[in-house]
Amino acid sequence: MSILIDKNTRVMTQGMTGKVGQFHTTNCKAYANGAACFVAGVTPGKAGQSYEGIPVYDSVMDAKAQSGATVSVIYVPPAYAAAAIDEAVEAGLDLVICITEGIPVHDMLRTRYKMLGKKTLLIGPNCPGLITPDEIKIGIMPGHIHRKGRIGVVSRSGTLTYEAVWQLSELGLGQSSCVGIGGDPINGLKHLDVMRLFNDDSDTDAVIMVGEIGGSDEEECARWIKGNMKKPVVGFIAGVTAPPGKRMGHAGAIISGGQGGAEAKLAVMEECGIHITRNPAEMGRVMQKVLKG
Amino acid sequence: MKIHEYQGKEILRQFGVPTPRGVACFSVDEAVAAAQQLGGAVWVVKAQIHAGGRGKGGGVKVARSLEEVHSAAQQILGMHLVTHQTGQDGQVVRRLLIEEGAQITKEFYLGMVIDRSKQRVALLGSSEGGMEIEEVAAHSPEKIHTVRIDPITGLSAPDAAQVARNIGIPDVAIDGAVVVLQGLYRAFVEKDAMLAEINPLALTADGRVLALDAKFNFDSNALYRHPEIVAMRDLDEEDPAEIEASKFDLSYISLDGDIGCLVNGAGLAMATMDIIKLYGGSPANFLDVGGGASKEKVTEAFKLMLHNPKLRAILVNIFGGIMKCDVIAEGVVAAAREVHLKVPLVVRLEGTNVEIGKKILAESGLPIISGSDMADAAEKVVAAARAV
Repeated sequence: MSILIDKNTRVMTQGMTGKVGQFHTTNCKAYANGAACFVAGVTPGKAGQSYEGIPVYDSVMDAKAQSGATVSVIYVPPAYAAAAIDEAVEAGLDLVICITEGIPVHDMLRTRYKMLGKKTLLIGPNCPGLITPDEIKIGIMPGHIHRKGRIGVVSRSGTLTYEAVWQLSELGLGQSSCVGIGGDPINGLKHLDVMRLFNDDSDTDAVIMVGEIGGSDEEECARWIKGNMKKPVVGFIAGVTAPPGKRMGHAGAIISGGQGGAEAKLAVMEECGIHITRNPAEMGRVMQKVLKG
Repeated sequence: MKIHEYQGKEILRQFGVPTPRGVACFSVDEAVAAAQQLGGAVWVVKAQIHAGGRGKGGGVKVARSLEEVHSAAQQILGMHLVTHQTGQDGQVVRRLLIEEGAQITKEFYLGMVIDRSKQRVALLGSSEGGMEIEEVAAHSPEKIHTVRIDPITGLSAPDAAQVARNIGIPDVAIDGAVVVLQGLYRAFVEKDAMLAEINPLALTADGRVLALDAKFNFDSNALYRHPEIVAMRDLDEEDPAEIEASKFDLSYISLDGDIGCLVNGAGLAMATMDIIKLYGGSPANFLDVGGGASKEKVTEAFKLMLHNPKLRAILVNIFGGIMKCDVIAEGVVAAAREVHLKVPLVVRLEGTNVEIGKKILAESGLPIISGSDMADAAEKVVAAARAV
C-alpha cells in the first residue's frame, strides 16, 4: 500500500499539448510503471492528436470515458488553471494534482467553494506533485532520488522536499509516498489531510512534515497529531529568518498580522510531540534517531 | 502589490463608498491650489507612502488656513517619514493628499482579508477605529466581529447590516454602512485584493459614514487582468533590488545580513537562510532563481547580490531536479568570471548530474569552496564571511 496513488493508478495530463505538460509527461512515463499509468491527455480543441502514443481528448469527461483515467495532473497556464480544476471536479475524478504556479487567489476561492460536497481531492496548486517510489510519479520531482520504503513525506515546498527525500535515501530510509501540497495560500489537501492518510497506511511507519511560514496549517496538523497520530513525526519549518510582511517566493509564505511565524509553528509542533529540528540538514538524521528509539 | 491611500480611495469611490473630497499633489504649490479648489475652512494634509502609522510619525496634519496648508505641505513633502512599518531610515514622502476636513463623532475599523484555513474572504469590523487591528486582536479580541463571505452569493445586505450594528454604528447610519461594506467587498473581489482596510471609517455629525483612509494590497498573480491597478504602481515605494530582480523573473528580498544566498526553490531558499543563521551567520537576502535558471539568470542574480555593500560571502545551494547541476555549475562559473567575484563563494550542489557539476566547478580555476551538504556549506560560508 501507499497513499493516494500506486502502480494501478491511471492518469490524464491536462495541458497535454503544451511544452511543460509534454516534458513532464515524458519523464513521468519513464518512471517505474509510468508507461502503463499515463493513459490520456486533455487539451480543448486538440482531440484526435496524440503525444508519444498517449491519445489527446477535448475534455476531461471524454478522457475519463475513453481511457478510464481517474486522476489528472494539470500543467495549464495560471489564467486557465482554476477552470481546469473545475472541469476535473465536474467530471468526477478521484484526485487532481495541480502543478501550476501563479493562480489568482480569488480564482482558487471560487474553485474550492465549488468543490464542497464533491468527492474529488485536490493536491496543490503550486506544488511538485506526489510520488510512490518504484510505482508511479505524478509531477515534476526528480524520480531518481527516491527509494521505496516506509517513511511518508508531506511538504509545502518543492526543492526542500527533494532535500528531505535525498537525506532519507542517503541514510537508507526509503519512502512510502511523498506529497507536495504546494505553496499557495488557498489549496487542496493540507498537512492534516495527508497526515491522516499516512496514519491509516499500513506501509508507512513514520512521517516527515516540512512546513514554512504563513497560515496555520502546520499548527492545525500538530494539534491533530497530539491526539490521534500513532506514528512518530519529524518536523521542520522554513523561514525562521524571514521578515514579517514579505512574501518569500511562495504566494502563501508570508507572516501577516503577527500570524504564521516559524518560531510559533515550531513551538506548537514541539508541544504536540513532533520531533522538530531547526536544522534543515538534519531532517533525515533526526528521523533515523527517532526510528532507532 | 500595494498602492497609495488616494488611489485606494479612487477605487472605493468607483464602488460607491463615500470618502472626503481630496486631491493628490506632488508640490507645495499644488497643495495650496488644491486646498483653494476644495474650499472650506479645514483641510487635512496627508503624506502618501505605502507604510502604515503615518499619523504617529508626523505625516498627517490638520490645517485651518491656506498658510497652514502651505507650511504643513512644506514640512511633510520630502521628509523621511519613520513609522513602525518603514524601518529606521523611514520612507521619503513624494506625494501628498489634500482633503477637506470632516466633522467626526466616532471612528470604526473595517478590514477584509483572505481567511486561509476557512478558504473564504473574511470581513472584520471593530468599534476601535484608528487602532491597529493586531493590537485590538491582542488586547480585546471580543471587539472584533468577523463574517466569512460565501463567494457565490457575496455579502448580503442583512449580513452587512448585522456587522454594522455589532460594531456600534447607530441606526441612522446603518444604510450608509451597508453601502460601504458591500462596496468594499465588491472592490475586494473585482480588483483581486488580498487585503483591504478602511481605518478609520468615520461617522460624521450629520449621520453619514465616510472612509477616512484606504489601504489595499493586491494579488500579484492577478495583475495580468488589472492593467488599471498596475498603472498605480509606485516604484519609489519599492526596494530597487527587488524591482531589478523582478525584471529577470528572480524572486529576491533584501535582508540585513552579510551572506548572500542563491538557491532554487522558495522553501529551500528560506531553509538556506535559516541554516546560515543557525551556524552563526546572517543572511543578506532571500533569492530564489526558480526552476529554469539559465546562465544569464544566475549572472543577474550574482550582480544583484553584489550591489549590496555589506556582502562578505556568497552561498549557492542548488538541489537539481529539473535543473541539472552541470548547467547550474556552468552558470555559476560564467557569472563569477563576468562579475570578477571578489568575495568568497561556497557552492553546494546535489541532484541530477551532480558529479559533472562538481567537476566543472573544480576545473574552473576559480577559488570556489565546495560544500558537501547544507550544513557543511553553511559552516564554510559563515567562516569565510568572518575571515574577510
